[in-house]
Amino acid sequence: MRLTIEDLRIHYDLGGMTVRAVDGISFEVPKGMRFGLIGESGSGKTTVVKSILKILPDNAKLMGGRILLNNKDIATATEKEIDSIRWTEVSLVTQSAMHALNPIARISNQMVETFMAHIRLSKKETLEKCKEIFEMVGLSRNRIFDYPHQFSGGMRQRVIIAMAIALDPGLIIADEPTTALDVIMQAQIVNLLRSLSEQRGLSLVIITHNIAIVAEICQTVGVMYAGRMMEYGDILKVFAHPHHPYTMGLQGAFPSINDLKKDLTSIPGHPPLLIEDMPRCGFSDRCPFAIEKCREQIPEEISIEKNHRVSCHRYQHAERFREKIKNIFANRAKGRGSS
Amino acid sequence: MIEVKQIEKWFPVGESMLATLFSFFTGKRIFVRAVNGVSFNMQRGEILGLAGESGCGKTSMAMMLLGLYQPTRGVILFEGEDINAFRGNALAKFRRNAQLVFQDPYGSLNPRFTIRRTIEESLIVNKVRGKDARSKRIIKAMQRANLYPFEAFLNKYPHELSGGERQRVCIARAIVLEPTLLVADEAVSMLDVSIRASILNLLRNLTKEMKMATLYISHDLSLLGNMCDQIAIMYAGEIVEKGSPEVIIDSPRHPYTKALIAAVPVPEFKARKSPPTLLKGEPPDLTDSSETCRFLSRCDFREDRCESQKPQLREVEEGHFVSCNRIGE
Repeated sequence: MRLTIEDLRIHYDLGGMTVRAVDGISFEVPKGMRFGLIGESGSGKTTVVKSILKILPDNAKLMGGRILLNNKDIATATEKEIDSIRWTEVSLVTQSAMHALNPIARISNQMVETFMAHIRLSKKETLEKCKEIFEMVGLSRNRIFDYPHQFSGGMRQRVIIAMAIALDPGLIIADEPTTALDVIMQAQIVNLLRSLSEQRGLSLVIITHNIAIVAEICQTVGVMYAGRMMEYGDILKVFAHPHHPYTMGLQGAFPSINDLKKDLTSIPGHPPLLIEDMPRCGFSDRCPFAIEKCREQIPEEISIEKNHRVSCHRYQHAERFREKIKNIFANRAKGRGSS
Repeated sequence: MIEVKQIEKWFPVGESMLATLFSFFTGKRIFVRAVNGVSFNMQRGEILGLAGESGCGKTSMAMMLLGLYQPTRGVILFEGEDINAFRGNALAKFRRNAQLVFQDPYGSLNPRFTIRRTIEESLIVNKVRGKDARSKRIIKAMQRANLYPFEAFLNKYPHELSGGERQRVCIARAIVLEPTLLVADEAVSMLDVSIRASILNLLRNLTKEMKMATLYISHDLSLLGNMCDQIAIMYAGEIVEKGSPEVIIDSPRHPYTKALIAAVPVPEFKARKSPPTLLKGEPPDLTDSSETCRFLSRCDFREDRCESQKPQLREVEEGHFVSCNRIGE
C-alpha cells in the first residue's frame, strides 16, 4: 500500500481559538517501506496519523490537503467508506497497549468480534485464523483464551499487533508502539514489526520520539516540529548530514551506547503555542542561528538532494551549524539555565 | 557512605483474610521474593545506576534504601548505622538526608501550591525557623536546580510550567534540605527528548557539587552509561553484574547483561546489519524458593549445575563483579 500525504492542514477549534496542529505536512511511504515520524509532544505527529483513519476528535477540522492511499484520495471520504478500509487496508497499533484491550473479555472473543465485523467467515474459522496470527507474532496458540491481565505489557502489545495484521492490511500505523515497554520488550516489538514488514511487504508508519528506534528500522524519516515538517528524507542522509538545527539538536540530546562519553545537550526553550497565525519559522525562538528573516517568513521546504528536503532559510550553512551547535546549546544551558 | 548488605524483600501473595487464616493453620504462605539478597555500596559524589527490566525489583530496592519499606532480611547501613533502627530524632535526621525525585513531574507536584510553597513545605516540616532563612534556602536550591530567574518562578503554579521546569522544581525540592542520599526513579522518562539531557546533566552536576550519593533507576543502559559512575544490573531481584559503565557496556560478562545491551537501539544513522539475538521467554516466577540460578530459564549457556547451585557475585577483575556459575570459563 502506498501512502501519500500532500500539504495536510488540520486545525482544532477550541471555542473561538484555533490551534494549528498540522500546518502543511507532506510525505510519502511507498509500498513495503518503513517511515518514521519523530518530534516532541505536541508537534502534531499523532494528529497526522489519526487523520488517515479519521479518528480525530470532533473539534478537528481538515483545512486542506490530500491523503492518498494507492492514489485514491480518502481525505474527504465518508465514514462508511473509511470503515471499509479500517483493519482491512490500514490498521493502527496504539500507544497504550495496556488500555487498548477490554479487561473483562477473553482475547479470543475480542479478536473474533473485531474480525466478524469485517469479514464473512464462521466463528470457528475466524478463531482458527486468529490462532494462526497469534503464532505469527510469537504468542502460543492456546493462550488466546486468556484475559488481558494474564499477559505482560510486551505480550499485550503483541496482541494488538496481531489484531492489526490479521486482516492483511497493506499499511500499519504504529503510534509510539514501545513507549510503555522496557528495553527488552521494546527490542522484541521493533524486531517483530520489521520482520512483518519484510515478510509481508507491509508499509509501516512509526510515530515516536525515540530517534534510535527510527534509526533501527526505518528507511525514511520525517522530523516534525510545531505542526510543520522540518526535515524529511532518506534516513542515511538525514541522520548523517542533518540540515535543520532542530534535527541536529535532537541528535545531540540522545545518549548512545556506542559513545558513553558523548556530552548530551538539550535544546533550551519551549515549543511555540500554535494558537496564533505563525508567519515565521516555528523553531525560530529556540534556534541559535535564527536571523531576522526566520522571524518574518515561513521557510519553504527545499529539496537539497534526492530524497532529502529541509525547511530552513539558512540550510546552506548547515555544515558550519553542525560544528557549532553543540557548544552553543551547552553554553546556553549553563549560562541561562532555561529548560 | 551507604552499605547495603544481603537485602531481601518478600511480599506476601493473596493477602485476603481467609488466606491469612488458612496459612495460620497450615503454616504455608507464599511470598514474592522481589529483592533476593542484594548487596552494594554507595559513595558520596557518585551516581550508581540500577538497570533491569520491569518487575526486577529496582523500585522495591529504592524504597528500602529510603527507609520506606522494611527489608525482610539484611541491613542497610547509612554512615555506619542501620536505617531501620532509627527512631525519633535520628529518623527525622535520616529522612532529611534521604530524598527522592519521582518519575512523573506532572503528578508529583501539588497543583494548588505555588513553587515557593512546594519547596518551602519540606523546610516547614523539618522546622527550619524564620521566613528569611527559609527564603534564602529556597532561592539557593532553585539556583542550583537552574531555575532562573527565580523571582519569575516563586509565585507560579505547576500548571504554568513546562515538563522540564517542573522536574527542576522537583529537584529543587529534593535538594533544599541538602541531602546526602538522592534517589531518582526514571526521572526523565516522561520528559521530552529535547530537554532530557539538561535534567540528566543537572543531576550529575548536583551529585558532584553537593557530594550526594545518587541512585538513578532506569532500564535504559545508554542513558545510565552516559551519566553513572557505577552500574548494577538487576535481574529477578538479584544483582547479576556490577562495575563501571565502560566495563559493563564494553565488556559485559553475564549473559543477561549482554542481552540487555543488545536490546538497546542505537541512534547512529547506519542501521544494524542483522537484528540482535534477543532474550526469549519471560522472567521467572518470583515465588520460587529453590536454590537455582534465576536466569536459568532464559540462558543459552546453562549447565546441570546451574539448576542446583546458586551463583554468587564474584569479583572477576578489579571493580567488576559477576554472578554466574560459568564465569571462569
